[in-house]
Amino acid sequence: MEVLGHFNYWVVVVLMMIGFYALIARGNLIKKIVGLNIFQASVFLLFITLGKVTGGSAPIIAEGITVYSNPLPHVLILTAIVVGVATTALGLALVVRIHESYGTIEENEIADMDREP
Amino acid sequence: MIAQFPALQVVIPLLGAPLCIILRRGALPWLIALLVSWAALAMAATLLSQVADGEIISYALGGWLAPLGIEYRIDTLNAFMLLLVAATSSAVLPFAYKSVAKEIPQDRHYLFYSGFLLMLTGLLGMAITGDAFNVFVFIEISSLSSYAMIAMGRDRRALSAAFTYLVMGTVGATFFLIGVGLIYAVTGTLNMADLAERLPPLYQSRTVLAAFAFISVGILLKLALFPLHLWLPNAYTYAPSVVTAFLAATATKVAIYLLLRFGYTVFGTEFVFNIVPASEVLLTLALAGVIIASFVAIFQSDVKRLLAYSSVAQIGYIILGISYANVTGLTASIVHIFNHAVTKGALFLVMGCVAYAAGACRLESFAGLGKRMPLTMAAFVIAGLSLIGVPLTAGFISKWYLVLGAMEKGWWPVAAVILATSLLAAVYVWRVVEIAYFRDAPADAPPLSDPPLALLVPTWVLTGACVYFGIETSLSLGFAEQAAIQLMGGG
Repeated sequence: MEVLGHFNYWVVVVLMMIGFYALIARGNLIKKIVGLNIFQASVFLLFITLGKVTGGSAPIIAEGITVYSNPLPHVLILTAIVVGVATTALGLALVVRIHESYGTIEENEIADMDREP
Repeated sequence: MIAQFPALQVVIPLLGAPLCIILRRGALPWLIALLVSWAALAMAATLLSQVADGEIISYALGGWLAPLGIEYRIDTLNAFMLLLVAATSSAVLPFAYKSVAKEIPQDRHYLFYSGFLLMLTGLLGMAITGDAFNVFVFIEISSLSSYAMIAMGRDRRALSAAFTYLVMGTVGATFFLIGVGLIYAVTGTLNMADLAERLPPLYQSRTVLAAFAFISVGILLKLALFPLHLWLPNAYTYAPSVVTAFLAATATKVAIYLLLRFGYTVFGTEFVFNIVPASEVLLTLALAGVIIASFVAIFQSDVKRLLAYSSVAQIGYIILGISYANVTGLTASIVHIFNHAVTKGALFLVMGCVAYAAGACRLESFAGLGKRMPLTMAAFVIAGLSLIGVPLTAGFISKWYLVLGAMEKGWWPVAAVILATSLLAAVYVWRVVEIAYFRDAPADAPPLSDPPLALLVPTWVLTGACVYFGIETSLSLGFAEQAAIQLMGGG
């Protein structure tokens, strides 16, 4: 029950490892960006799940609402999502320029081309 | 007005960035960047003079009081870092005008200066804020702009270097974010001073241990401690000269500041050095970094790359001082942050001069430069001496304190390593000097002369600072000592 009760954290950890693995093991630059996104998304979920209170509603002052979730982590993650989008956009823009000048987006082929000047 | 300086310190560069894009004609973006940077320097100097007597300025952003609102908290160390960042950018920007004109296409100049100001904003913000999540936001502001700036390099390898840095830098920042999330989960606060009070009862908690691991690995990635330095050599080598000089002097240094702030203030010395074996881990990595990176630097054929590996070694020295866990070691680290920034700034500006005149920084293109670009190479020799740590230069002061700290601990082998690796530094600096002064230029070499004064003056200002701070140490050493005592005292 201990283990199952924390299933939200397990989801976070599994996603984090999938993203991190893709980031390290994949040679294709686009797949690296995908891995990076999964990795970041897992951290967003970690924050969101931290703030959730079981049975809690949104933090609004209204009749009958006594239990509400902590809004602060959610707001922090709004900022982090914006940062993540900017990172993805910049990463993809770099991939486009790399493709223009190298003609490939495979990491090992780029490394080979860099070696012979 | 002065009461608002902590906010203006960050807000003015932030507003300068879009202004550069709106007023994009001719030299205007450069002028805006220069004025903004000088204003930031003036504000940083004012703040430093205010905290010089050990006072701490607390500024509630938007009037929301800490711990709920974001607090800007300035003690000696913060103000010292602000001054370092603002001073470097103020010295580098006059250099930028001609150098950027040569290295970057005309239609991208306004974007360059806009990105430069964003980088400045991020670094100043990291150095000033007292809120753990706010640090993450500023890390990303400075990192995202520096990825874009590195990608502006002339060589196409700048693109792959920027991509590698983007991936590793984002992983580092995300690790940091995970750590911040975990300490928020156990303490319910993000304010650093508040965290410092609430963490001690939780020292045995596994969440706090995990948070410390994530935060420190994330920051170590950003500050490029061996073996997490893999992004650094290519990024420094292929970035435009101005960007390399600015990044080498400030970006890794501000990350080191974060390590100090989180290690000493937020988690506390008791946790970092007694519960977690941080001292042993940092000592091992720092020594490995110093030795290996110095050896690798000797075998480089591109001088910019050689200096980049030397930066990895110098970061090792700074971390070494932290691992001593005593006031002398910490003073050595903080003063080396400053002295190395000045020295490496000067050396990379020399590379900018060489790139301006000769077009490349490969070792063979240095042949005969001693005669053909006498003023430039003289600056290289003086800053190189400071890099080695010869007396009467800034580098000597920090190495001296590093050795003193090691002796205080009774770590004789460490002191021996510091001296031995200084000899390695002498070897790699000498390789360049030998080729520049004792090898004649090939007969078919195009005529070369010293670059225009606009490039020489900033280079010599930083070179002069290498000597000045080797003789008159009250500014660098005095503040470093005060900051070290404040940090060790749990302040």
